[in-house]
Amino acid sequence: MTAAPEAGAPEVGAPRRRSEDARLVTGRTRWTDNMQPAGTLHVAFLRSPQAHARIVRADAERARERPGVVAAFTGADLADEQGSLPCAWLVTDDIKHPDHPPMAVDEVRYAGEPVACVVARDRYAAFDALEEIDVDYEPLAPVVDMDAAVEDGSPLVHEGLGTNKSYTWVFENGDLDAALRDAPVVLERRYVQQRLIPTAMEPRSVLCVPEGDEFTLYSATQIPHILRLMLATVTGIPEHRLRVVAPDVGGGFGSKLQVYGEEVIALLLARRLGRPVKWTESRSEGNMAVHHGRDQIQRLTLAADEDGRIRGLKVDLLADMGAYLMLVTPGIPILGAFMFNGIYKMDAYSFTCTGVFTTKTPTDAYRGAGRPEATYAIERLMDELAAELDLDPIEVRRRNWIAKEEFPYETVAGLTYDSGNYEAATERALALFEYDKLRAEQADRNERRDPVRLGIGVSTFTEMCGIAPSRVLGSLSYGAGGWEHASVRILPSGKVEVVTGSSAHGQGHETAWAQIAADRLGVPFEDVRVLHGDTAIAPKGMDTYGSRSLAVGGVALYAACDKVVDKARSIAAHLLEAAEQDLEFTGGRFGVRGVAGEGATLQEVALAAFAAHDLPDGLEPSLDSDATFDPDNFSFPHGTHLCAAEVDTETGMVRLRSYVAVDDVGKVVNPLIVEGQVHGGLAQGIAQALYEEAVYDAEGNLTTTTMADYLLPSAADLPEFTTDRTETPATSNPLGVKGVGEAGTIASTPAVVNAIVDALRPFGVSDVPMPCTPERVWRALRGERGERGGEGAEPGAGGGLGSAGGAR
Amino acid sequence: MPRIRVEVDGTAYEDDVEPRLLLVHYLRDRLGKVGTPVGCDTTNCGACTVLMDGLSVKSCSVLAVQADGRDITTVEGLGGDHPMQRAFHEDHALQCGYCTPGMILASIDLLRDNADPSDGEIREGLEGNLCRCTGYQNIVRAVRRAADEMRRPADQRPAGQEVAP
Repeated sequence: MTAAPEAGAPEVGAPRRRSEDARLVTGRTRWTDNMQPAGTLHVAFLRSPQAHARIVRADAERARERPGVVAAFTGADLADEQGSLPCAWLVTDDIKHPDHPPMAVDEVRYAGEPVACVVARDRYAAFDALEEIDVDYEPLAPVVDMDAAVEDGSPLVHEGLGTNKSYTWVFENGDLDAALRDAPVVLERRYVQQRLIPTAMEPRSVLCVPEGDEFTLYSATQIPHILRLMLATVTGIPEHRLRVVAPDVGGGFGSKLQVYGEEVIALLLARRLGRPVKWTESRSEGNMAVHHGRDQIQRLTLAADEDGRIRGLKVDLLADMGAYLMLVTPGIPILGAFMFNGIYKMDAYSFTCTGVFTTKTPTDAYRGAGRPEATYAIERLMDELAAELDLDPIEVRRRNWIAKEEFPYETVAGLTYDSGNYEAATERALALFEYDKLRAEQADRNERRDPVRLGIGVSTFTEMCGIAPSRVLGSLSYGAGGWEHASVRILPSGKVEVVTGSSAHGQGHETAWAQIAADRLGVPFEDVRVLHGDTAIAPKGMDTYGSRSLAVGGVALYAACDKVVDKARSIAAHLLEAAEQDLEFTGGRFGVRGVAGEGATLQEVALAAFAAHDLPDGLEPSLDSDATFDPDNFSFPHGTHLCAAEVDTETGMVRLRSYVAVDDVGKVVNPLIVEGQVHGGLAQGIAQALYEEAVYDAEGNLTTTTMADYLLPSAADLPEFTTDRTETPATSNPLGVKGVGEAGTIASTPAVVNAIVDALRPFGVSDVPMPCTPERVWRALRGERGERGGEGAEPGAGGGLGSAGGAR
Repeated sequence: MPRIRVEVDGTAYEDDVEPRLLLVHYLRDRLGKVGTPVGCDTTNCGACTVLMDGLSVKSCSVLAVQADGRDITTVEGLGGDHPMQRAFHEDHALQCGYCTPGMILASIDLLRDNADPSDGEIREGLEGNLCRCTGYQNIVRAVRRAADEMRRPADQRPAGQEVAP
């Protein structure tokens, strides 16, 4: 029942139904929590109820006496062996990088930090025993507000560091002072990227199985390879004694791109106790303990000429690190540094980011990771510039964007955009959206003073994907490379096994990779099996995040397939008694040019290589090949998104009436998967604009710990999307692909907020803080902006039940 | 401990259970029916949805003892060729697949109530089931497709091509 292409038609580009689905729609899944080897013990963690406190005493003795409890440990009990959780992206030489014990020993610095654990025969017994652990806390001052945290005299998150500033990272190009001097238009804005909780549907889970002095760790992770290396580094267990498996993983969105304390503790407990040890989080503890995303205060200055042409842009960020630096925490806002200029030309650019410690859950990658924040800022500013100059927001963009004939183009942020066609994507989007018609309706509603106004939001975005050229990562002080690995095995029967270092968790690699291999090798799609997510099976990889899998891992597979064909060519020439240069390989078969009927299929060659009875002298009897691809450049998907929002000025309610997304992600391997990625990305970006916010109260308690309090959109909350594509191939890889995992999320947030603000401009509103809940919209209409230093008005409730207050 | 008798996917089980044991944990930990996943602890996400006597329930908010004498259908009990399963595959209505068992069972219950729902009715009807991957559009499409098929007499449906592995 798969939509297979016609026989002989290329697989790449066909809307193949996914091979992954069969097990997922029948419940024959392998989530980590499904696994239960004999003798498995269950772990429960006791977590700090305080945002910031000294641990005066922690005693787990009574918990150990409970029936069914095998062991209980406090942070102090494991202090000598638990090490410190790693940060692989120390962005400056003088970055402040505090220790981060997996379980707190002396001090807790965010509510939800683990302080002790119980190991018991089942999960109920483990949870019951948590009540018997005594911990005495001496409260310390919470540090909740970033602006206040960087002022002199602020209480400190880490007393020993003497400051709450982790680092300040600067990028400058061009003469910004000159750009600002005498500029006819200078816009200064302050935007807040509220804190978000990634909320993959599968909660985290880890199972560690000891086998002698070797350990197999199953984890709901995006990064089995990185996790293996990091676990070895943290615990001292040799890397070759560790096997990490990412079985079926239920979404990540960056939240499972992490080395979590619970993973380290599970490994240590399995070593101590010699039995399989499993921990699965509840959603409520996950909301406190899975790393959060976003959380920036952006101060922006844009200078432009009277005709709307941008002279320069100044970006000054405070980025909330939370209490500790986790795997790539400091680097996330830095990824945005190269994206604040968007698709626009300008002469001067200055970017400064200060990473700030607060007593909150650490932040790290969340879908888009730095680029949504940057895109939001520049796309909001473009609409502000249009309003300032009374220009159409499309027109002001057109005057500034890189024209299609200007590629490749070196941007003011130092990247080289290899390709793009912003004109084509925009034209297509305007047509699908019926832009002029909606503008006319908007004018009519304004004229009639309709209580429900119409707003149109524009977002013409780009992003950097295909993370990443290793040399660039090196120049940014990242601790690893950005290559990816693939290998291809041709089995004696001619069937094909593809092994990829990308580690899918919902993206559909098993289908897309098989499509690529089927085309390159000329074998049926069904003859290809894709293996991944297990360091014993796919020993080499850099895993899945940053829209990198296809643009880096897919290209590695492409190269490995070509090596197979090259090896096969030598054997085929020998079998056919022809010169290699006289062979042509099409449709999985080597033919001899000019000799009809002479030929050998790849399967025949594979069998000959397997038997090895008659191979050319010195030739290795194998077609198997591998390739490691390190990109020369990032890839740059782009697109134009248009949002029409109806805003009820009496209630503040926002209804998205239509949403058009035209994305250019280069060549497409599977349009079905691409469209699905766009849909899901849009949902998450729209959710940031309208619904989601992780809220802390003044004492540093997270008030959005459950799904009742943290508002994820349901089907009833989202509109039907209209999606289309233009196709400008990337020139940086032979597949011409760019990446699509994050595009929708990056583009949609500013499109929605621009639409809301556009609807409210007749009322003098120029901003609504996110999430734009009815109450916030309503308050914005009444001039209660909730900006700092304003009238002191609360910005209004965030999304869910627990979100009164919120970012401001 | 109370003794319960439950039929799950066509097999009868009799067990002593703690009164506080959740149905989902009984299914997963005691019966090994791990096709039904857990996504939250506040009954918001619906990942654990099963059918109890044909009606959808969130098995994280039902005690095992409440299932005594009842008939439970999990996603595993649908086999592989239920029109809803096929529609989810055909319309790419899943990505990571974690919400899928609950989404499929909730959708089946939705069609029991309303055999020909509009898109809006599908969206409202699935409000209690959260998906973080798909943006719901293809789920709505799939439910519509399954509804079309299930309204047709059995002999006019597409031949039973299994999705099962």
